[in-house]
Amino acid sequence: MTAIEARPATSTKTMPGAPRRRRVHPAIVIVVGAVLVVALTYVLPPFRNYQLATVGAYFCVTAGLTVLTGLNGQLSLGHGALMATGAYTLALSQNKWENLPLSFALAVLVTTAVGAVIGLAAARLRGPYLAGLTLAVAIVVPSVTSTFDETFNSDQGLSVMLNPPPEQYPMEQWQAWLCWAAALIVVLLLALLVRGRFGRDLRAVRDDETAAKLAGINIARTQVLAFVVSAACAGVAGALFAYLAQSVSPGAFPLTLSLFLLMAIVIGGLGSLFGALWGALLLVVLPTLSQSVGEHAGSQRLEGNLALIVFGVVLVVVMLAAPGGLASIPSRISRLIRRNR
Amino acid sequence: MKRIATAALSVVLLATAGCTNDGGGSNNSGGSTNVPGVTGTEIVVGTHMPLTGPAAGGYSKIAPATKAYFDYVNANGGVHGRKITYKIKDDGYNPANTQTVVRELVLQDKVFAILNGLGTPTHTGVLDFLKTNRVPDLFVASGSRSWNQPDKYPGTFGFNPDYTVEGKILGTYIKENLAGKKTCFLGQDDDFGRDSLAGVEKVLGAVAAKESYVTSNPNVGPQMGALKAAGCEVVVLATVPGFTALSIGTAAKIAFKPQFVVSNVGADPTTVGKALGAGAPLLEGVVATNYLPLNTDEANPWIQLFKKINAEHNGNAEFDNNIVYGMSVGYLFVQALQAAGKDVNRDKLLEAVTKNGFQGPGLVPLRFSATDHSGYAGAQLTKVEGGKAVFFGTPYTTDDADGPVAPHQGQPAAPPPNGVPAA
Repeated sequence: MTAIEARPATSTKTMPGAPRRRRVHPAIVIVVGAVLVVALTYVLPPFRNYQLATVGAYFCVTAGLTVLTGLNGQLSLGHGALMATGAYTLALSQNKWENLPLSFALAVLVTTAVGAVIGLAAARLRGPYLAGLTLAVAIVVPSVTSTFDETFNSDQGLSVMLNPPPEQYPMEQWQAWLCWAAALIVVLLLALLVRGRFGRDLRAVRDDETAAKLAGINIARTQVLAFVVSAACAGVAGALFAYLAQSVSPGAFPLTLSLFLLMAIVIGGLGSLFGALWGALLLVVLPTLSQSVGEHAGSQRLEGNLALIVFGVVLVVVMLAAPGGLASIPSRISRLIRRNR
Repeated sequence: MKRIATAALSVVLLATAGCTNDGGGSNNSGGSTNVPGVTGTEIVVGTHMPLTGPAAGGYSKIAPATKAYFDYVNANGGVHGRKITYKIKDDGYNPANTQTVVRELVLQDKVFAILNGLGTPTHTGVLDFLKTNRVPDLFVASGSRSWNQPDKYPGTFGFNPDYTVEGKILGTYIKENLAGKKTCFLGQDDDFGRDSLAGVEKVLGAVAAKESYVTSNPNVGPQMGALKAAGCEVVVLATVPGFTALSIGTAAKIAFKPQFVVSNVGADPTTVGKALGAGAPLLEGVVATNYLPLNTDEANPWIQLFKKINAEHNGNAEFDNNIVYGMSVGYLFVQALQAAGKDVNRDKLLEAVTKNGFQGPGLVPLRFSATDHSGYAGAQLTKVEGGKAVFFGTPYTTDDADGPVAPHQGQPAAPPPNGVPAA
């Protein structure tokens, strides 16, 4: 993941004087991450392991979204719907064939296909129009499930048939492993993908379409590909959510989820895979924190609503203090130190 | 390498968060016994409730009422010397949130049991999780038939009469009093609506028209329009209170005035009347059912008891049928705990519930047995007169299959003098 330059277009000018840092190969970072996660699952209590698993699932989708929005400049408000696609595919396939690897593969395939369709339309749209299209996709999920209620069972959703994990491992630990295995594979693939030619194409298209076209880059193809890659990641995340909750329902994929995802990658640091990790972490930690604050404040009804406020406040504070997102803080600090030396 | 340092830092943060909260939770799990949620002085029980969201209207008052009853019991010495702590989590009537909050209750707060988790779509999603973790899942606040699967979910018991039972009783009323009228149905698009419709149709045969709604879409205009166009004269509603108000209000707007016959869970006149605001008089003549004493029945000793507890422990909240319901749940749970004995554990609690024999505020007996995990066995019809629901006729009992709808004989029990069930 170190291969990605974490800076959005506006802040590139801060870099020229800084010495070029030595790059660590993404695979090494991933291996370190995997070791850390496995170690964590042995020390954390079950509920924390479940939350850790949820972070892993969110990481898949935020990583994919940050590549699309941060590196390619396409704004998607519909990733919640793509996750729903993955989740429902997993549920339907699992209830029919009870074969988890097959269901996962199908979930990713179907979501990729849906992503390709949306991406084809999206490649013709810019800015607010693209946001509008993807927004519509996010809004349509509950209606689809209630219109075709014989398949999707409306608001109640579907339960997912799952075999219990091998007996020697607790359920939550197993879930954390599975989610993080998927997340780390997704992130490794993304990191390898964007450090090469594809990544340069993405950024070229984001920064100046005309210049990119002059350089021989096929704009539409790059944009559609970016959307497809990002959709596949959302599909993995959706399937993981269905697996974690042992159920799917439209309530799990509301419009606010899509907005939260976007907020998370902005707070984390747009275009940076590390930022995506921060974002995924916040998506789990902030609601939990605000819930316990609500409980301590003694107002039960605050819990449901406080998370929204907290997210907004955090967004404002981070944008004021570190416009590059949380992921940019370490390099900002080191630059400050270097300047003061 | 800085990024690795960042990653390590985040990991440490997460771990600290985990450990801090674990420290808090271990107070509950420590103690003389090895039973989760039970110490020498305390029993921790949890629930998930719609305190916010589309079903919050009315239902958000249930858990505080149950808690108030527990506080009253605690103030009177508790159960076998233990105080009951009731942890209430808001799921917003969103099945996805229910998954999270129930995991938190079971895995982190280590509750002894889940009590009165509310909602058909919400609670359905956590049945497997609760079964895997062997957590007693008592008195679910819904009448879905899913709770009554002793072989598949041995730890799950219902509370409400199941919706099919209730549907059969509503159907019988229509058959006897509104014969020949065109009867239609509007229900929630889940097991609640479907089970209820099944009951109505068992008695009446196929209804003339049926519509459904989802709580995520607060508009029943098209549905009421379709029922009006179909020429319905009787409309059976299997709706949560907010949607009962919405349906009756929408019907009035389009000058559609059928006889409404409403499922108990969506029929509390105080709640629905408040949602209707100035349109509250529209409720006049609405038929529904109930199986607990009515909030307006001042002469009933249970109501007197619950009112007193409501004043002392529930901040004197507006006394409606949700409060009667919440306190009745609390009373039944205390009965079950008393019956389970001093050395309580999860198996003993389930044994006590299966053994049944509970005498409480209910007008009809509870059905619990080794082969039946559904709640109350029937209900009595009510009609709104002068803004208040009043009982008429006798209570009926029936089953969710083809059994007859039979009048129930027997006097309701009186509450114990101190309001706490004896061991």
